[in-house]
Amino acid sequence: MEIRKVEVPVMADLHARGKQAEFLFWVGCAGAFDDRYQKVTKDFVKILAFLNVSYAVLGKEESCTGDPARRAGNEMLYQMQAFQNIALFKKYDIRKVLTICPHCYNIFKNEYPDLGAGFEVINYLQFLDHMILSGQLILDPQALSNVSVTYHDPCYLGRANDIYFEPRSILKKLTTNIVEMKRNRSFALCCGAGGAQMFKEAEKGDKEVFIERTEEALQTGAKVIATACPFCMTMLTDGIKYKNREEDVKNLDIAELIVQSLNI
Amino acid sequence: MVKQLVFTLALLVTIGFFGFTTYRFINYFKFTKPAFPVRDLGKRLWVMMDVAIGQTKIFRQPVMGFFHALVFWGFCVIAIGSIEMIFDGLFGTERFLEFLGPVYNLISASADIFGLLVGISIIIFISRRLFFHIKRFEGIEMKPVSHKDANLALVMILALMVSLLSMNMAYYAGIQQSGKSLAGIYPVSSLLAGFLAGVEPARLGVIYEISWWSHILLIFIFANILPYSKHFHVFMSVPNVFLSRLEPLGKLPNMDSVMKEVQMMLDPNASLSAESTDVPVERFGIKDAEDVTWKNYLDSLACTECGRCTSVCPANLTGKRLSPRKIIMDVRARMKEKGPGLIKNGRLFSDHKSLVRDFISEEELWACTTCNACARECPININHPILIVDMRRYLVLEEASAPGGIKAVFTNIENNGAPWQFSMEDRLLWAQNIELRIA
Repeated sequence: MEIRKVEVPVMADLHARGKQAEFLFWVGCAGAFDDRYQKVTKDFVKILAFLNVSYAVLGKEESCTGDPARRAGNEMLYQMQAFQNIALFKKYDIRKVLTICPHCYNIFKNEYPDLGAGFEVINYLQFLDHMILSGQLILDPQALSNVSVTYHDPCYLGRANDIYFEPRSILKKLTTNIVEMKRNRSFALCCGAGGAQMFKEAEKGDKEVFIERTEEALQTGAKVIATACPFCMTMLTDGIKYKNREEDVKNLDIAELIVQSLNI
Repeated sequence: MVKQLVFTLALLVTIGFFGFTTYRFINYFKFTKPAFPVRDLGKRLWVMMDVAIGQTKIFRQPVMGFFHALVFWGFCVIAIGSIEMIFDGLFGTERFLEFLGPVYNLISASADIFGLLVGISIIIFISRRLFFHIKRFEGIEMKPVSHKDANLALVMILALMVSLLSMNMAYYAGIQQSGKSLAGIYPVSSLLAGFLAGVEPARLGVIYEISWWSHILLIFIFANILPYSKHFHVFMSVPNVFLSRLEPLGKLPNMDSVMKEVQMMLDPNASLSAESTDVPVERFGIKDAEDVTWKNYLDSLACTECGRCTSVCPANLTGKRLSPRKIIMDVRARMKEKGPGLIKNGRLFSDHKSLVRDFISEEELWACTTCNACARECPININHPILIVDMRRYLVLEEASAPGGIKAVFTNIENNGAPWQFSMEDRLLWAQNIELRIA
């Protein structure tokens, strides 16, 4: 067993050396700053290194896409962010962008084009599923000893962009023990964090949305609640804590499950 | 001849009154804003065939969806028969479409069968409303009038089906007795006609006439009641689906009005070179009825208050005040309230009330997670989240009003390019000490 340190290539450095990467890996604010979700970023980068993918990050030049501002009604701030990001992408001649956060994915794919952006956006699940189906990423279905997994569809991959197939296709390569929640795919219940809810107190009600969703996930009896969004992860991890089920139920991102099964 | 005259008069009154009603609704569209250009007619036709004619979204709730689909398809088939009745009434003919031959057999047979199926569905709908507690039919926005409207419409449809079948029964029984040739096929009524076996021909004629007149007059009355209730849906839903927004649900419409300002801020040179166009100062977002787009208003007219949106809304499910159905209903109610004033006094008319706050509270608007469950569920492609975000745009851009946490997000993004208070300098801290195990 050899251990290799992973160096994360930065766009500005490559540019200075006259080099170009095939993909920009857009880390996102949660990917960069959220304590728990940083682990997902690291694991995705490990997979990229494992697959020898030509990529780079923007590092200190990366800035919010403007999604929370936009969905909270601040179109001015969103467009400021968007125009600056688009200019940065043009500077580095970025053509393909890989995202892990569904909110970043959605805004790049659907909304930046209205402001003149013209790059291709690929969500990491689409990318990984493609790698698996094309035989470049080989997973051992026994590696996770058939742990039971339930998948929570993030709104911004599912309903917003109709990505339901890829996450399940990947999970099928990791375990044969997938249990669906009662509300799944286009019927999936939101975790409660979207539309900038993540950053504010919930309005008065008789329950928190994340508890409602966590209860539904726990009802499946799955040992792993798989997520594919930083905000869903915050919500469902909190939900598991709230329900005192941290001992026996884990909330893991699909990238983390892949790294576990590859044992890299 | 008298019959023709009476019928023509009834038809003219119907059309006249219907025209008067719809003209008022259409007039209000003058005060709405652009939404999107209506292009891709082929794709729109497909969406209409799929969602409206195929009823695919209503089938997301399979059992009740099935009965609704029966009623919808039944209406489509029976409408052909109603058109025939109008011709017969105007020209004094009998079974005007008989010349269609085998096609007529198909039309008459399916209308006859659907007459029964729609009738049964309606009885199920009425019993459900009367004897069961359906959560979807309740909520702060559901007033007694909503329930009365629904029950009235259901009873009228039931009466339409009963009159249709008794008309067919009397016709079939009459033909049997007289030995004349039968126009069309009546699988259900021919069976039921057994009940009329002993009735003498003259009385059969009376039953037929009464059924015929009550059926067509009920249609005329029904058509004129609909626009005043939530059942305007019957006319508006298919056009509303045809005029669906074709973008992915995740995509919000761009605010072009903001774009110019932002570009000037980012590039002061551009502001010098750009000609100052005399665009009238436009309101950012939606504050009141005249700020909504034509699509928002059309959505509100097409909504039948079924509540599928609210029944899947995460905020509503967890007891928050937000109900997507209410948001749509409020648009219609506010336009109805303010519309006459706008027509009379022009766009600048104010009654010192507004859609935001007087109808829709900030609490409702800020409870939305923009998860799009409501829009995904709506059987006629109404889009609620866009409307909600547009109202948030008004609050934020015009009034700088937002919950504290949201204001902090704005400040953080402005200052350090992230919703949290972390320095951009720290954006790569995660990248230290990543190790890859290689077997």
